[in-house]
Amino acid sequence: MERPLTEHIRKDGRPLTLKEYEAVGGYQALRKILKMSPKEVQTLVKDSNLRGRGGAGFSTGLKWSFVPLDAPKPKYLITNADEMEPGTFKDRILLECTPHQLIEGMIIAAYAIQADISYVYLRWAYKTAAQAILNAIAEANAAGYLGKNIFGSGYDLEMHLHTGVGRYMCGEETALLNSLEGKRATPRAKPPFPQVSGLFGRPTIVNNVETLCCLPHIINNGAEWFKKLSLTGDAGTKIYGVSGKVKKPGAWELPMGITLRELIEEHAGGMQDGLKFRGALPGGASTDFLVEQHLDVKMDYTSVAAAGSRLGTGTVVVMDDKTCPVGFVENLEHFFAQESCGFCTPCREGLPWVEKILSAIDSGSGTMEDIQLLEHHTKFLGPGNTFCAFAPGAMEPLQSALKYFRNDFEQHIKEKRCPMEHR
Amino acid sequence: MVTIYIDNTPYQVKPGKNLLETCLTLGFDLPYFCWHPALGSVGACRQCAIKMYRDADDKSGRLVMSCMEPVSNNQRISIADKTAVDFREGVIEWLMTNHPHDCAVCDEGGACHLQDMTVMTGHTYRRFKFKKRTHVNQDLGPFINHEMNRCIQCYRCVRFYKDYAGGEDLDVFASKSNVYFGRSEPGTLESEFSGNLSEVCPTGVFTDKTLKQHYTRKWDLTMAPSICQHCSLGCNIIAGERYGDLRMIANRYHGEVNGYFICDRGRFGYEFVNAPARVRQTTQLGQPVDEDKAITQISELLKNSKVIGIGSPRASLESNYALKKLVGETNFHKGVSRQEQALMELAVSILNTGPVRALSMKEVEKADAVFILGEDLTNTSPMLALAIRQSVRQQPLHEVNALAVPEWNDAAAREIIQQKKGPLFVATVAETKLDSMATKTFRAAPQDISRLGFAVANLIDPSAPQVSNLHEDERAMSELIAKSLLASERPVIISGTSCQSDSVLKAAANVATALQKRNKNTGIVLTFPESNSVGLALMGGNPLEEAFQKVKSGNTDTVIILENDLYRHSQTTLVDEFLTKCKTVVVVDHSQQATSAKAQWLIPAGTFAEADGTIVNNEGRAQRYFQVYEKMNVKESWRWLTNLGATAGITPMQSWKNIDHITKALAQEEEVFRGIERVSLTSDYRMQDGQRVPRAPHRYSGRTAMLANVTVSEPKPPEDPDSGMSFTMEGTRAMPPSSMIPFFWSPGWNSVQSVNKYQEEVGAALRGGDPGIRLFEASATQSHYFNEVPEKFIAVDSKLWIVPLHHIYGSEELSAKSASVAKRVPLPYLMLNAEDAAKLGLKEGDAIEVAVGGDQLRLPVKVSASLSMGVAGLPAGLPTLSFVELPAWGLVKR
Repeated sequence: MERPLTEHIRKDGRPLTLKEYEAVGGYQALRKILKMSPKEVQTLVKDSNLRGRGGAGFSTGLKWSFVPLDAPKPKYLITNADEMEPGTFKDRILLECTPHQLIEGMIIAAYAIQADISYVYLRWAYKTAAQAILNAIAEANAAGYLGKNIFGSGYDLEMHLHTGVGRYMCGEETALLNSLEGKRATPRAKPPFPQVSGLFGRPTIVNNVETLCCLPHIINNGAEWFKKLSLTGDAGTKIYGVSGKVKKPGAWELPMGITLRELIEEHAGGMQDGLKFRGALPGGASTDFLVEQHLDVKMDYTSVAAAGSRLGTGTVVVMDDKTCPVGFVENLEHFFAQESCGFCTPCREGLPWVEKILSAIDSGSGTMEDIQLLEHHTKFLGPGNTFCAFAPGAMEPLQSALKYFRNDFEQHIKEKRCPMEHR
Repeated sequence: MVTIYIDNTPYQVKPGKNLLETCLTLGFDLPYFCWHPALGSVGACRQCAIKMYRDADDKSGRLVMSCMEPVSNNQRISIADKTAVDFREGVIEWLMTNHPHDCAVCDEGGACHLQDMTVMTGHTYRRFKFKKRTHVNQDLGPFINHEMNRCIQCYRCVRFYKDYAGGEDLDVFASKSNVYFGRSEPGTLESEFSGNLSEVCPTGVFTDKTLKQHYTRKWDLTMAPSICQHCSLGCNIIAGERYGDLRMIANRYHGEVNGYFICDRGRFGYEFVNAPARVRQTTQLGQPVDEDKAITQISELLKNSKVIGIGSPRASLESNYALKKLVGETNFHKGVSRQEQALMELAVSILNTGPVRALSMKEVEKADAVFILGEDLTNTSPMLALAIRQSVRQQPLHEVNALAVPEWNDAAAREIIQQKKGPLFVATVAETKLDSMATKTFRAAPQDISRLGFAVANLIDPSAPQVSNLHEDERAMSELIAKSLLASERPVIISGTSCQSDSVLKAAANVATALQKRNKNTGIVLTFPESNSVGLALMGGNPLEEAFQKVKSGNTDTVIILENDLYRHSQTTLVDEFLTKCKTVVVVDHSQQATSAKAQWLIPAGTFAEADGTIVNNEGRAQRYFQVYEKMNVKESWRWLTNLGATAGITPMQSWKNIDHITKALAQEEEVFRGIERVSLTSDYRMQDGQRVPRAPHRYSGRTAMLANVTVSEPKPPEDPDSGMSFTMEGTRAMPPSSMIPFFWSPGWNSVQSVNKYQEEVGAALRGGDPGIRLFEASATQSHYFNEVPEKFIAVDSKLWIVPLHHIYGSEELSAKSASVAKRVPLPYLMLNAEDAAKLGLKEGDAIEVAVGGDQLRLPVKVSASLSMGVAGLPAGLPTLSFVELPAWGLVKR
């Protein structure tokens, strides 16, 4: 089983130095693409069927192709390393352990769109990663991988690290751009898309860490190799994670398309003793619950969507049978209500209401009408009704909880208490 | 035009607009909050949701925000769709989770956009059963009250204040359901346009603090269409009265002049009308007298002595004309100094005999290159500065258009534009608030500003006079300006009288004339000292100095002074001498001032609120203001003067019974005023059903109870002889003609947002055309250059060239008498260049002695980095400073 992204990670977790990275074939892909045209790089990546690992699963090569190549500089390439999705910690591994792999991927992406300035937009709490990235950028600059006229190609690229201040909203790519510009982290209207008018009004691509880390390997080994890594139609490997009351929570690079069952039972060691699997969020907090009947769903974009959820970040949050689903969802909605940017009405006012209702139900003061109100919100906070995808994402665990765990909600209301606490 | 289908009915509409404004133009009641016709769309509130369908076969459709969707041909939408209706109600329900239930005691109640939209969506029942979020309020200064709990986070306040008006001290803070709109700390809002927040805010967060201090429900106001009196731009306003006091000034939409906004001087300057220092009774030597007796006695003087009249740039055309007829043409004086008169007349002649069109403010907003010579517009003509803030966006908007993003998609357009600005050049004596927007600024004495202008004109057209001895910097600057102006499509040259320099005006005229030869879309804007300076300049008459001379030489013994404090137009000693030598001084004015204090006869004139009149703005637009209410003992100046004339047997005046007769006589007598009788409709105008236009809304309450503590018999309401309006709510409720709109109201639209219904299309002209008549247009045939290039300014040891500096609050006479504005008037100072100050061993705040124009002043020093060496600035027109004719050399010592 090939694990191109993580195979060289050191046991002690220390980041690979430039020398160490070069010794395992690092920066060979960069030398290769400098002899290719940007369009050729785009085509190769499009052919590899690489889909964005941030959660949306959009074709990376296609996204790049919307950047006008002939547009005057500056153009920007930005790494979205604001990994703040609850339960998600896959990018952290790559950031902390193989920063040069990310930098090489960024140079490839930047070259493909002919960007001359690049940023790593990093979650504020990732202090270890920040140091690793800063060191790696310095090393890459000193070695001539970054800077002016890279290896005599005539291509220039500068790279900077920018750390956020800890807002989930900054993971939304246009809010990230506003934040990077020093403005409030509120999302922007689309169109115009960042590809034509992004950072400081210039053409910009924002890609996820994991997406970018795939690029050197695609360049080195080809599109067909990348597709074959996968068990299903969605190409490549995927860093899957499992959290919750399993025996061995963690994250592992695995072929795209392994089943949820395999992930939980084999890689995460199964449920802790005495606990049963009740359900799971397959790709972070803003995805719909999958339950028992979905355990054999293949964990790729297409299959998870067919099961009524989203692959999202591919990091599974497992809920066991001793955890109250109402409290579980209340906790999530508290997070979303806190992290709403406050720009549009439904999200700003709707989420706190949802949280308060859930809290009321959980503490025993809920009514049956409250369930209708929650359902009302799952519909009215749906896609298109709000300014960005934040609130619709926040509704995904709630709407599926109401579907799969409705009895738990009703029991709370009837018994006027949380049945789990009194069992 | 394209076809769209709204609930399956086809409509012909303009392409390119958004669906919200299109639906509103078509007359649909579609609720909204965050959209504003002048601010565009951002999609924040989600209130204007409608259903949109792919095609005729699509039955389910999807919800879209109508403000964010451009119109396209054969588009199919539904306003009435159940999901859309439910969602719109749901948005109100969300907003109401935190909105206080204080409508009954809220300042905005009954005139509240949020109330209207709540009713419109049908939301009534509260399902939210938790506690509301609350905020702390801030003291925002004398103009604006802050009540943050009422906020519905539509973001319009910051979008107006920051994005549109360039304010830097109001912002949005925090996030989630705790978003806060205010200052980083409590304090007076610094923007000159802060008052607009009270109209931009859809609910009662930002309200008019002056109204709050003598609060009345907005529907209980008696209102009339009026014109702002506090600068020469002629912004259209609504003035409202209750219980005999003027309570509120609001914007009156005018598509060409002021659009949706007015400045704070215009909004809050009105309190002079209610000030204790009003003239409220006819007096002789300070003692109240019967007004008939006064008329008889003064008219005797007219028959038996040599009488001269002194008019005023802040009095109406009718009043000035009545005075002129009363005393005769040769005895009529404009009431301004020879210098001010020359400047006014020069500026008017540039506009009405020159080749370049005087632009309206709307046209300035669309200009794509601006060159300002000598004017600190934010302080002299604030709304023009606001227009310029929009014009610098014109060139960068090309980029927005190139990406096919509609200009109304405001947040997107601003992201694309970022910090880019079109060409703006500000050449002034000292720093101005527009500097931060400017491509380049130029600081110099008025002579050198003029020389820069002459040089630019010469670069554009070599047949314009040349400037010798230009400094290298000035040459580079003039080349950059000439290049930018030539490269633009709609350039505008802006200047005015405020730096008291004819050569600056001439230079501006030359630049405009030279550009006009290359680009027919060139425009010019000149600003004037007072609200009717242009009207007075067109009226004819002699300078104040001649009146002084006539009295000095014994040719005159009586003077009638119309709405004028001579001490603001001439030196104290000269005015003292003049008033002492005059046997009889008659002052007709509404406010007590230094001149009226020395009058034998003092006649109580009506302010703009108690009088009808016509004034001419800086573009030559004659506009009518209507009396708001009757005040006992107070009459229009023209009515007093007409009564005097009629009693004295002056023939034409005997037949003048109301304003129409005077306006008509003026129009017939003087070529330039032809047409002013059509500025508004005549007094016999009645609506279709034969009734008048009511000044009070039909919701006006408590009329019969108003005097019930004194008497239960309701007095007969006064009748208006001068207009087709009633002083009450009696009359026709239909939409009045555009020149006679006393207030905006439409069923279901009780807030100012009802203005949408009064426009031909949203943001365009009022139905029936924007009011006012331009009295003159540029004559394309005439084009000549002014040849008098001034000498370079050379700093002189031991002397400083003192120039006037203007203040939005303080430099204008009437607004400075307003209690709220008075709190913002600066203390007098002398501004020095940093090096000059250092040479004198002075630092900020130190006292300095200045001898200028025969006066000896002791003032604190203000140090400026930008004022030129050898130039000093003295605030113009402050109530605490006496008149000095500037610019002038001043001697300074520590």
